Amino acid sequence: MPERSPEPLVVRGGTVLDAGGSRRADVVVAGGVVVAVGSRVDPPPGAIELDATGCVVAPGLVDLHTHLREPGREEAETVETGARAAALGGYTAVVAMPNTDPAIDSAALVAAVRELGRRAPVEVAVAGAITVGREGTRLAPMAEMARLGVRLFTDDGRGVQDARLMRRALEYASGLGVTLAEHCEDEALAAGGQMHEGPWSSRLGIAGQPAEAEELMVMRDIALCRLTGARLHLLHLSTSGSLALLRAAKAGGLPITAEAAPHHFTLTDEAVASFDPVFKVNPPLRGAADVDALKFALADGTLDAIATDHAPHPAEAKELPFDEAPPGMLGLETALALALSELDCPIETVLSLLSWQPARIAGLTATQGGPVEPGRSANLCVIDPAARWTVDPDRSASRSRNTPYAGRELTGRVRHTVAAGEAVVVDGEALR
Amino acid sequence: MTGTNLLSVADLGPDGIAEVLRLADRFVEVSSRPIPKVPALRGKTVASVFFEDSTRTRLSFETAARRLSADVLTFSAGSSSLNKGESLRDTVGTLEAMGVDALVVRHRSSGVPWQVARWARRAAVVNGGDGWHEHPTQALLDCYTVGVERRARGLRPGLSGLRVGIVGDVRHSRVARSDVLAFGALGAEVTLVAPPTLLPPSLDGWGVAVSHDLDSLLGELDVVYLLRLQRERMTEALLPSLREYTAEYGLTRRRAARLAPDTLVMHPGPVNRGVEVDSDVVDASVITHQVANGVAVRMAVLFWLLGAGSAAGAPPGPHEAADPAAVALPGGGSDDARALA
Repeated sequence: MPERSPEPLVVRGGTVLDAGGSRRADVVVAGGVVVAVGSRVDPPPGAIELDATGCVVAPGLVDLHTHLREPGREEAETVETGARAAALGGYTAVVAMPNTDPAIDSAALVAAVRELGRRAPVEVAVAGAITVGREGTRLAPMAEMARLGVRLFTDDGRGVQDARLMRRALEYASGLGVTLAEHCEDEALAAGGQMHEGPWSSRLGIAGQPAEAEELMVMRDIALCRLTGARLHLLHLSTSGSLALLRAAKAGGLPITAEAAPHHFTLTDEAVASFDPVFKVNPPLRGAADVDALKFALADGTLDAIATDHAPHPAEAKELPFDEAPPGMLGLETALALALSELDCPIETVLSLLSWQPARIAGLTATQGGPVEPGRSANLCVIDPAARWTVDPDRSASRSRNTPYAGRELTGRVRHTVAAGEAVVVDGEALR
Repeated sequence: MTGTNLLSVADLGPDGIAEVLRLADRFVEVSSRPIPKVPALRGKTVASVFFEDSTRTRLSFETAARRLSADVLTFSAGSSSLNKGESLRDTVGTLEAMGVDALVVRHRSSGVPWQVARWARRAAVVNGGDGWHEHPTQALLDCYTVGVERRARGLRPGLSGLRVGIVGDVRHSRVARSDVLAFGALGAEVTLVAPPTLLPPSLDGWGVAVSHDLDSLLGELDVVYLLRLQRERMTEALLPSLREYTAEYGLTRRRAARLAPDTLVMHPGPVNRGVEVDSDVVDASVITHQVANGVAVRMAVLFWLLGAGSAAGAPPGPHEAADPAAVALPGGGSDDARALA
């Protein structure tokens, strides 16, 4: 988190909403922390006034799944630009995925990315790789990374294919009190699949990967979780079958959490009929029944978090033929609005999925996810739930433009973001 | 009816297919003339942009364009700046900057012609075959060939109600996908005949029957359409061996003898003799006629896209009125055209 001494500020006229419920209140922030919450607050002289009339004042959003691309792919994104996009999306913390080049698989790389994060507008937590180079053959030095504060480990972009190695990783991680996060994909079954296997892949002549390629690994990892008792987080679940497995595992009391990405509950594989690689992502866009199942599982609590899988790629990479283009979509600036626009659940549920539940999974509750009360770190977002806006890729703060939502009209917009007590977004404009 | 691109058979619909086939009839006649050339597309430039080796399709398109008096540019990936890192999009921009009117695109990846069509500002885009997805001009020439061959045998030339068996590697076949659309649009009853590993994972919405038993169908088919089998399928656990494939699905001499006398045997080429089909069955098939018809059908497609009455041609007018075989030269006289023809 940035060490700065921002000016005091007051968020006026909004409805404060956190895990404890909602109330009309102004919020005074000074020295990086919330100093007062109430209807008759007395801000210090010279405090910046942030208007929140008609808005919800919530703990800042926390993204469990952000590809910041630094080091190695700075033409796609940097920690700074990704963090700015995050702030515009209402996030006050992101977990940087370790599939950089080189992979974040050692204390030195963790320290390097954390150092870049220190200058970023929002908190940048770093996830470490489970295996050296994300190659799935040898355990990465998880203890030395955990000593630097890493709480999530993942080979994301790939799943750990070897069941024995994954078992050992889970056992080792449980001794460190950290969580493994798995990208669920059986590579042998997915073999070369560029989109979801089904009627569309068949029609379009594109190699598909079946839902079962994800579900087989969800099944295996649930079994390994049962075997080891270690905490497990399942990344970007995308199929109704995965959700059924998750539901049963949770009912059995296993220490499993799971996330879903906005594109998986707002788009289907039919979008690939355009052959525009902006719709290529992994796991791939699925069918309408999967979309419905994800929405249901987000509303009923089966899924614990919405995570963006923000995956920037430069324009030229997304102008390759569909089967050659890399998978991934931008997500940080549209996740909240998509959830508010598309999910059939109250804003309290949306915010729990985007803020305090992911904060818990990421091990960031000391600073993130609220509650909004005196003495807590001032990480807040101010949301106008009724504002309508149209997604314009050219206005993105990301270095990349690969959003699949260009031109889509959404409801619900971030008005202000306060990170570590500093107003980093005011009236929808990034200040740093 | 006119088009701006020909990407999928579905762009044409039954009426569009019928119109292209009618135009093809005219161009077959042109091809039979001593000087098989008309000035219909004089002043137009057609680029064949082949990112995948395909001598026969490229030559067929280029011959078609030349017989319409269009200028032809040949772009092939092997000799191009793609090897120097130029992107597909920049390649399209470069060709358009040279004033190309049509881009015939072939690529090993499904969907590339759709991407090119999004980037092209004024050129018409013709799909010359994309990945496993579509090969619309092949489907058109297949429909045309069926009609012509049946007429030559004194049979009803329409495809409505015909029983067509498409045999072999449908999963990886752009020809099969386009043929299913085209034969289906014209009312044929299509059966896909293949082991399940060589069928697409889903056939929802295809409107076809499926069989894993070629022998039980042989006597009932009006058309047996054999697909090329790529040898690498053996390494992907899709088939145990070529020998087993031929035993189950090859059109052997013994199977061919059980076909009705008027059944047409077709293949998009190039043929693996002795694998999909026995050598002397090839010689009795209409495969070389397909190739000959390909030029006329591609002339029809290029004329449909670029000729008088097309969206790109001027002036716009009722297309039916245009006689492609004696079309007036832009700014010239039709006498001149007839002289050339």
